[in-house]
Amino acid sequence: MNHGMRRLLKRLHWMDGLIVAVLVLFFGYVWVQIGDQLNYKWRWGLIPDYMFRYDEERERWVANLLVQGLITTIRICIYASILAVLLGIILGMARVAKNLTIRMLARTYLEFLRNIPPVVVIFIFFFFLSEQLIAALNIESWARGIARSENNGVWEFFFGDMRRFPSVISGVIVLALFESAFVGEIVRAGIEAIPRGQHEAARSLGMSWYAEMRYIILPQALKKVLPPLANQFISLIKDSAIISLISVQELTYKTVELVSTTRAIFEAWIATAAMYFVICFSLSMLFSYLERPRKSGAR
Amino acid sequence: MPETQPIIEIRNVDKFFGDFQALSDVSLTVNSGEKVVICGPSGSGKSTLIRCVNRLEEHTSGQLFVDGIELTGETRNIRAVRMEVGMVFQQFNLFPHLTVLENLTVGPLRVRKISKADAIARARKYLERVHIPEQADKYPAQLSGGQQQRVAIARSLCMEPRIMLFDEPTSALDPEMINEVLDVMIELAESGMTMICVTHEMGFANRVADQMVFMDGGKIVEIAPPSVFFTKPKNPRCREFLDQILEH
Repeated sequence: MNHGMRRLLKRLHWMDGLIVAVLVLFFGYVWVQIGDQLNYKWRWGLIPDYMFRYDEERERWVANLLVQGLITTIRICIYASILAVLLGIILGMARVAKNLTIRMLARTYLEFLRNIPPVVVIFIFFFFLSEQLIAALNIESWARGIARSENNGVWEFFFGDMRRFPSVISGVIVLALFESAFVGEIVRAGIEAIPRGQHEAARSLGMSWYAEMRYIILPQALKKVLPPLANQFISLIKDSAIISLISVQELTYKTVELVSTTRAIFEAWIATAAMYFVICFSLSMLFSYLERPRKSGAR
Repeated sequence: MPETQPIIEIRNVDKFFGDFQALSDVSLTVNSGEKVVICGPSGSGKSTLIRCVNRLEEHTSGQLFVDGIELTGETRNIRAVRMEVGMVFQQFNLFPHLTVLENLTVGPLRVRKISKADAIARARKYLERVHIPEQADKYPAQLSGGQQQRVAIARSLCMEPRIMLFDEPTSALDPEMINEVLDVMIELAESGMTMICVTHEMGFANRVADQMVFMDGGKIVEIAPPSVFFTKPKNPRCREFLDQILEH
C-alpha cells in the first residue's frame, strides 16, 4: 500500500463507512427488485451488437444504431456550436448596440428563449423556421440528388447519409438558434467586461464601429469568455438530446428505437448515458486542462 | 501663413452630464502649431473640454470646429476629425492583446488603410522617436508605465495627426518615469505639433506652452502666455491654485 492510499484511509471516518453501506444497500435493493419483481433479464450482450455490426456484403465492421446515433450527435453538435457562436457574437453585439431598436430586438429574442420551455422552443423553431426554410430552398430534393450521385464521399463524410440531410440540417439550425441566446449573453458579458478606455482608444484612432469591435473589443472579450463558452458547448451536447423529438436520428432517437425493438430498456439507456457522459466529461477535463494557468509572457 | 491659422475653434460650448454642468460657455481658439496647456482643480472640466475636441464627449450646445470641420452628430465628420486628432490618456489604454508593434500598426492599417509594410515602417519610425525601438515585440503588460505611455504617444503619432491631445499623461506614472514621458512631449512640441495638454507639470508647461488656460467650475477663467500666467495672474482663484501647486 503506497503512502497516498494510507493517508486516504486514515482520513476516512466511521460515518463514511455508514454512507457507503446505505448506498450499497439501496442500489442492491433496486437491483434485486428489477431482477425479481419485474422479472427483468439483463442482456448486456446486446449492446456491443448494436454499436457495431459485421456487414457481410462489404465484409467489414460498420456502425450500428447506437454508434450511428452517436456520430450524428457529434456532427450536429459541432456544426450547431459553430453556428451558435457566430449567431451569439452577433446577438451579443446587438445587446450592447447604441441603437435602441436593435437592442430591444436582441433582448426580446433572449427573453423568449429564457421563458419558454426548451422543448416548446425547439418545436416552434422546427415548424415555423427550419421546415419552411428547407421547403423554400428545396433542400430535400437537392440532398436526394446528391445521395443518388456517385461521387458524394465528401458530403457523406460531413453529413452522413444524404437522404437524412434535411433532418440533420434542421437539427443543426434549431439547436444553434436555441443555444445562440446563451452564447449571446456570454459574449455580451465579455464585451461589457472590457474597460471603457479600450473603446475610447479605438475611437480616438478614428476606428469605425466595425473596426473597433473586430480588432479591439471582440478579440479581448472572446478570450475572456472562453471558459464559459466551452461549458456552453458541453451544455449544447446535452441539450442536443431534445432534437430527437423532431425526428433527428441522433443518439437519443436511436436509443428509443433500440429500446422499442429489443426491450433492453436499462441496458440501452445506461449505455447511452455512458456515451454522453464520456464525451461531456472528457471535454470538461480537456477544457480545464487548457484553462490551467500557464507560464508565458504573452497574456 | 499656416502658423496663424486657427485649427481648433471652440465657440460658447456648454456640456451637461444630466443636471451637472461640466462646461459653461467655453470659448477657445488654438492656432496651428500652438501649444496650449490647461490646468485647474479636479472637476473643473479640463478633461471634458479636450474630450469634446475629438468627440469622446458630445457637447450640449455651442459650436466646435476642428481643422475646418464642424463636430456634429455626423459620423463621417467625427471620424475625419479623429483621424487628425491624436489622444493620449491618463491610463495609457494600450491594447493589451496586441504587441507594441501591433498597437502602433492597427490604426494605420484599419483606418488609414495603408499597406502592412508601410505601417510597420511607420511604427518603427515612431518607436524610435519615443526612444523604445527595442520593445516592439513585447506586450504592453511587460513594459513599465513610462514605456507604456510612450508607446501610447507613438500609437497616436502613427496616424500622423495634425493635433495631439494629452489628458493628464503623467498623472498615473511613478515619479521617476514622469520625465521620460515629458521629454518625449517636449521633443514633439519642438517639432511643431499643435498640442493641447491637460497637466499639472508646471515646469513642462512653462517651457512649451504658448498659452496657459486655467479652468474652474466648468469655465475658462484665465488665458495668458506663461510669462504673464505664472507671474501675475489676474484671477484670484488661479493665483491661489498656482500658489498651492508651486509651493513644494
